[in-house]
Amino acid sequence: MDCEALKEAVISGKFREIQALVRAALDRGASAQDILDNALVPAMEEVGRRFSASEIFLPEMMVSAKMMQMALDVLKPILSSGHVKTRGKFAIGTIKDDLHDIGKDIVISMMQGAGFEVEDLGVDCPPERFIEAIERGNRIIGISAILTTVLPNIGKAIKAIEEKGLRDKVKILIGGVATSFHIAKETGADSYCKDAVEGVLKTKEFSVLYEDN
Amino acid sequence: MLIVAERINSSRKRIANAISERDASFIQTEALVQAKAGSDYIDVNAGSFRDEAECLKWLVDVVQDVTDIPLCLDSANPDALSRVIPVVKKPPMINSINLKPSRLEPILPLVVDYKAKVIALCESESIMAATTDAKIDIAAGLVEKVTARGIPLDDLYIDPLIFPLATNSRSALASLEAIERIRKEFPGVHTICGLTNVSHGLPNRKLVNRTFLITALARGLDSAILDPSDKELYSALKAALIILGQDEYCLEYIHAYREGRLG
Repeated sequence: MDCEALKEAVISGKFREIQALVRAALDRGASAQDILDNALVPAMEEVGRRFSASEIFLPEMMVSAKMMQMALDVLKPILSSGHVKTRGKFAIGTIKDDLHDIGKDIVISMMQGAGFEVEDLGVDCPPERFIEAIERGNRIIGISAILTTVLPNIGKAIKAIEEKGLRDKVKILIGGVATSFHIAKETGADSYCKDAVEGVLKTKEFSVLYEDN
Repeated sequence: MLIVAERINSSRKRIANAISERDASFIQTEALVQAKAGSDYIDVNAGSFRDEAECLKWLVDVVQDVTDIPLCLDSANPDALSRVIPVVKKPPMINSINLKPSRLEPILPLVVDYKAKVIALCESESIMAATTDAKIDIAAGLVEKVTARGIPLDDLYIDPLIFPLATNSRSALASLEAIERIRKEFPGVHTICGLTNVSHGLPNRKLVNRTFLITALARGLDSAILDPSDKELYSALKAALIILGQDEYCLEYIHAYREGRLG
């Protein structure tokens, strides 16, 4: 019952009430993991579905992602670190010579909402920054590009990852208005994501590959 | 109030197709519609093409064949700009520079040599300024670099950058405050912006764009990159100018009405 109410609160964007609702559910005996698995994560999945279906608008999705963070702030001290199940590690950055951060930040919010551990590599990322992220254990990498003029830099970054012998250790997703299926093919990325919701879905698919690591 | 007409932009699919197919009449119709609606400059952009310089030069030739309205050369690429600017018949506007030396240094001499006006974005090597203070810091740097070359402040149009409200409910407020402060702190400098970013991700985007324009005008914005053939937008703009005391005896408003340009 509590989980249903919480799920509904996240979906409908009642951000002023979320933390009190989470505390109330805990007081009534729900476990933190239960709240996460049966209320928050399914709520974000539903929000993503509605956004993809154009049933809700971007700010409505953003507020739900924000609420997920607010709920986690309450839950994290309770979830002993040994018991927190994260889905895997994901790192994302905007490609070299491009300073746009809004799309990247939307992806970060949605990935965190979906339970991934996310590393923000920032904007204007040279190839080395992606390489270092892979060396730190990130197995799925997102590259964002808004300017068409920076597209060659995506190919260069992926080439540099190959030359380091790391290409088969990661899946590389690209997104942002400058990108497309065609650009993914041309640059050697594994996949193109048309928006943050698709980014989350594809990351979930790819993360299955690394579940045992 | 200075209007830069925005429609001939290769990020729009139909324009990109017309450029690829060298469909001159499509581009010329776009130019004439905007000229008739009320444009001070017509923006031309071929930024999504690999052979940008060649495509941009073609756009310039095609548009100049049908109108005398000066052009706004829209490119981040100094090389493309330097190759195209010699064929421009009237002193153009350049869209745009920022504080990045690799863009600023090669473009400023073109502004001087061709007596151009220039749009300068509140961007540096490392940031696109999102807060009011960051915007003002970069604006100060731009003013310094531009005046050091002897370019009159009257030729400088600072774009404070407009970010979507959908991801930050106070983003427009930061831009509005920057417009007001730029006007106060750097007297003589113009401010300019595009309107479409602000409404990204929201329903009824045109309503938000138009309301943003009016709010920005009230804070001192004196030029904009927009579609003058959007009747609702253009009407709201003309009405705002009489309210803000920028249309003496309301003559331009009445003139636009007689020409059927007010919705």
